[in-house]
Formats: sequence, C-alpha cells, structure tokens
Amino acid sequence: MAEEQVLSAKNRRKASPTLIVGAILVAAVVLAALLSFIWTPYNPVQAFPADRLQGSSAAHLMGTDRYGRDVFSGILYGARITLLVGLVAVGIALLIGTPLGILAGMRRGITEEVTMRGADILLAFPALLVAIMFGAVFGASTLTAMLAIGIGSIPGFARVARSGTLQVMSTEYIMAARASSQSSWRIARRHVMPNIIGMVVVQCSVSFAIAVLAEAALSFLGLGTPPPVPSWGRMLQESQQFLGTYPMLAVWPGSAIAIAVLGFTLLGDGLRDRFDPKLNGER
Amino acid sequence: MGIRLLINLVRFVVTYVIATVAVFLFMRAIPGDPAQIALGVNATPELLAKTRAEFGTDRPLLVQYFDWALGLPFGDFGTSYITRQDISPLIIDRVQVSLILVILAMIVALAIAIPFGTYAAVKHRNPSGIVVSGISQIGVAIPNFLAGILLVVVFAVGLGWLPANGWTPPGEDFADFASRVILPVLALASVQGAILTRYVRSAVMEVMSEDYLRTARSKGLGKLESLIKHGLRNASIPVLTVTSVQLAALIIGAVVIERVFVIPGLGSMLLDAVGNRDLLTVQSVVMVLVAITLIINLMVDVLYTVLDPRIRKGA
Repeated sequence: MAEEQVLSAKNRRKASPTLIVGAILVAAVVLAALLSFIWTPYNPVQAFPADRLQGSSAAHLMGTDRYGRDVFSGILYGARITLLVGLVAVGIALLIGTPLGILAGMRRGITEEVTMRGADILLAFPALLVAIMFGAVFGASTLTAMLAIGIGSIPGFARVARSGTLQVMSTEYIMAARASSQSSWRIARRHVMPNIIGMVVVQCSVSFAIAVLAEAALSFLGLGTPPPVPSWGRMLQESQQFLGTYPMLAVWPGSAIAIAVLGFTLLGDGLRDRFDPKLNGER
Repeated sequence: MGIRLLINLVRFVVTYVIATVAVFLFMRAIPGDPAQIALGVNATPELLAKTRAEFGTDRPLLVQYFDWALGLPFGDFGTSYITRQDISPLIIDRVQVSLILVILAMIVALAIAIPFGTYAAVKHRNPSGIVVSGISQIGVAIPNFLAGILLVVVFAVGLGWLPANGWTPPGEDFADFASRVILPVLALASVQGAILTRYVRSAVMEVMSEDYLRTARSKGLGKLESLIKHGLRNASIPVLTVTSVQLAALIIGAVVIERVFVIPGLGSMLLDAVGNRDLLTVQSVVMVLVAITLIINLMVDVLYTVLDPRIRKGA
C-alpha cells in the first residue's frame, strides 16, 4: 500500500531527540491517566484527617494534602482530567477550524476574508477570557472549560489549514485536477487534505500543550473542574497557603503540568521537523 | 501606505464592533433577567418591575446594546447590577495597575529574549547555544502562575528578601511598590522571555542564511557586526509580530498572576465579578481587555508598515 511506503520512507530518517523526549513525556502522562482507571494507591478524593500534611513516605509516595488526601493518587487522576479536557478542546478546534481554513484557502475572495476576519476576532478572545465568560454565565465546570479552550483554539487551526491549502492550490497537480473538472469537494478530499495533514497534526500537538496550560490556569482560578475531582491546577492553588511549610505540595502538581506541556510542545516540534524537510539538514 | 493604514483602521473598527455585539449577546441575552438574578427567585413582580426600570433592562435589547456600546469609548461602563456602583472609576483605577505589570514584564522579557535569542542563534552549533535553547524550551512549558509560586517559595518564603504578595501604588510609596512588583513581574517575564527567546532565535537564524548577510561578511564585516548592521532590523519584523501576540497573552496572563500575588488589577476585578455573578462588570472588563488587545494589534500593523519598506511601498 502507498501508506506503507510513506511510513517506511519516514522510518529511514532517524527520529530527532526532540521527538523522542516529547513522545516519552506524553506517554508518561497518558500512562498515568490510564493507570488511574484501574489503580490508584488510595481513593484520590477520600480524606484521612489523621494523616494530613505528611511528607513523602512509603505509604504516601508524594505525601498528603491538608485533608489527608494522597497526593500521588490525585496526580494520577488529574492526568485523566488534563487529557480529557485537551482531547475534547483540540477535537472541537480541529473539526471546526480545519474545514474553515481549507474553505478559506480554496474559495478565496469574500469567503476567505470573512473566515479569516472571524478568526481574527476570535484571536482577541483567548481561551481564558472565553472561559471566564462561560464561568460567569453558566458556572464553572469541566464542560465549560473544554468548550472555552476549544473555541479559543479554533483560529490556530484555521490559519494553519488556510496557509497549507494556499500552498497546495498553487501547485500544478491542482491545476490539472481543475482542468479535468473535478469537484471542489473531491479536490479538497483527494489533494488538499492529504497534503496538509502533517501541518494539522503538528498543530494538534501544539494546541494540546496550550490546552493543558489553559486547563491548569482555569482550575487554578476555580473556573475548571469543580472539587472534589482532583485537577493539577487546583492542587497547585490549594498548595499556596502551605508554601512556607509544605512547598512540595506545589512542586508535585507544578511538575506534572510542566511535564505535560513540555511533552506536547516537544512532540509538536519534533513532528514539525519531520514533516517539513526544508528545515532539516541546515539546522 | 495611506490606504494600508486606512484599511487597518477600518478593520480595527469593524472587529471591535463585532466583538461588542458578541460580548453583549453572550453576557446579556443568554443569562436572562439581570433584575431576577440580583433579587433572587422570591422577588415580587412589583419589585422586579421597579428594579428593571432602575437598571434600564426593561428597554428593548437593541437600545440597551447601544446605550452600553456607545458609552464604552468614553469610559462610561454603566452601573453594576450587583454592587449598584458606577463601574467606570473602578476600571480606570484597575487598568493602570494591570498595565504597569504588563509593560514592565514585557520590557524585562525582551531584555532577556533579545540577547539570549541572538546568542542561541549565533552559537547554535555550540553547546552553550544549545543549553540556552534548552532552558528556553523548558521555560515555555512552565505556566506563569507556577513560576510565580516558585518565586514566592524561593525569594519570599525561603530567603525572605521580598514580600510574598500585596500591592502599593507607585505614587504612594515607591520603595514599597518596587519591592512588591518585582516577583509578579519576574513571574510574567521569565515565561514570556523564554517564549520570545525562541522566536528571536529562529528569526535571527532565518536572517543569517540570507544572501545580504553573506555579502556583508564578504566585505570584511565580522559575524556579529554584520548581524547588528544588517540582520537585526530584518529579524525585528517577525519578532515584532510575535511580541504583539505575546503582549495580548501577557494581559491575560496578568489576570492569573494578579490572583497569585493578590494584586488589585483588572484580572482580580474580573474574577471577583465572576464570583459575584456581576454580569455587567464581567461584560465591561472583558470588553476592555479585548479592546486593549485589538489596539495593540492595530499599533503593530502600523509599526509594521513603517518598519518594512516592502510593505510601505505597497509591494
């Protein structure tokens, strides 16, 4: 199959360290989330008042918080929330932004102007601001966080898809396809999409990193997943009053957030190097 | 050039107007009756009608929209339905605090990013350049509120050099202002500096591969000299674009940082208003933040035109 040929051609190129490190970090977060479905050392929401504010020990790998909840269990469970919000948010942006970008790139003229101006207006409403508006009107929840981050990520996908489409549309095989009077839909499906898929995949990874950051910020502000469900941002926020005495309570969720963001950023960078051969070699 | 500026201006106005409509519809049409929200479910119909008349929410939506939107450019934001106070003086007060934070943070971020980014580009094959790139990569992954918390742990709690939070206006007691502003500005600037370092690096690398730099070098100019004389002006254009985007991001980042450091800026006002379900205040503060973002974008477009002769001459 043609797909196998493409894959084997890619495999011949050595994977960059960026890609490998990114993939490992992302895999760690995914594994933590999957693990939380079948096992956590303790119930992450169950409080043990007798064991509150303990340091790391064999019984509690990352210690316990002010209610005596096991921090390690919370971190594992939090990975699930982080990935869930990221998946849905990126999914929304991907499914809305990409077709709009392709449409803008293929139709040009008024369609392009309207779509891209729309993207510009959305750019003035970052995810956090949209989430604050959602939070004010509907109250904070995981759903409003996912919707807000998703809406905020649409312009990125629209722009990437449009610029990729513009490049493809100027090639000779598109002219040939047009000359043989293929329908726009067919051209979009057969020629444009396969050629921009690499850029879109990179955008997914980059957006995922941004979504993880935004989710952490929202739950830090109390605008994300409501308690008692553990989320990294809120664990960080709750640690604030114990910075003088138990700074590790901030370090664990903080590191988890940083690892997830770093993982998706590196993965995106690594994939970009791979999909964009122009950048290889001289750099 | 004049036509380009005019197009930018028209785009700005259209975008702004659409944004006001979107915010108004979202904050006013969806939540329902502000009088009901303010009074609770047990309010009598008479009291409701009286409060509606007082708020002006008994008028058609279109009238209410124009009343609100036309006041905005003149700093008239209306009266809060919850606190029953005039929002305008509060916003003007708070916006100054946030702008001080954001502008200082951007200056510090650029002061970090330009030298380090250029260094990482020039030395991109040396271990030292790779280390700089690596550090900036990690910096990008750290959310500013985490940076803020870590700074508090080290400099306020650990070393006791600086206060952990709070705010004093610079006009009141400058020394106290300075000691309180350092950590929040550093929290914003360190992350922002890391992001910008990466852009400066790639912009400078792009410029370094250009023919005119090779020409400059062949004329006998040194690597750094040719870069400063010919390269940085060209590298400044992509950096400028990204700086504008990041400036907008900083304004939003400040919302979170104000929460960490208990600073009475626009962000705290916004979050307090969300907590109180004070929708008109949320609506107005959101619009102020959006307007600031749009104005920054407009200014960058104008600067662009001035900086890049290719655009200036309408090519």
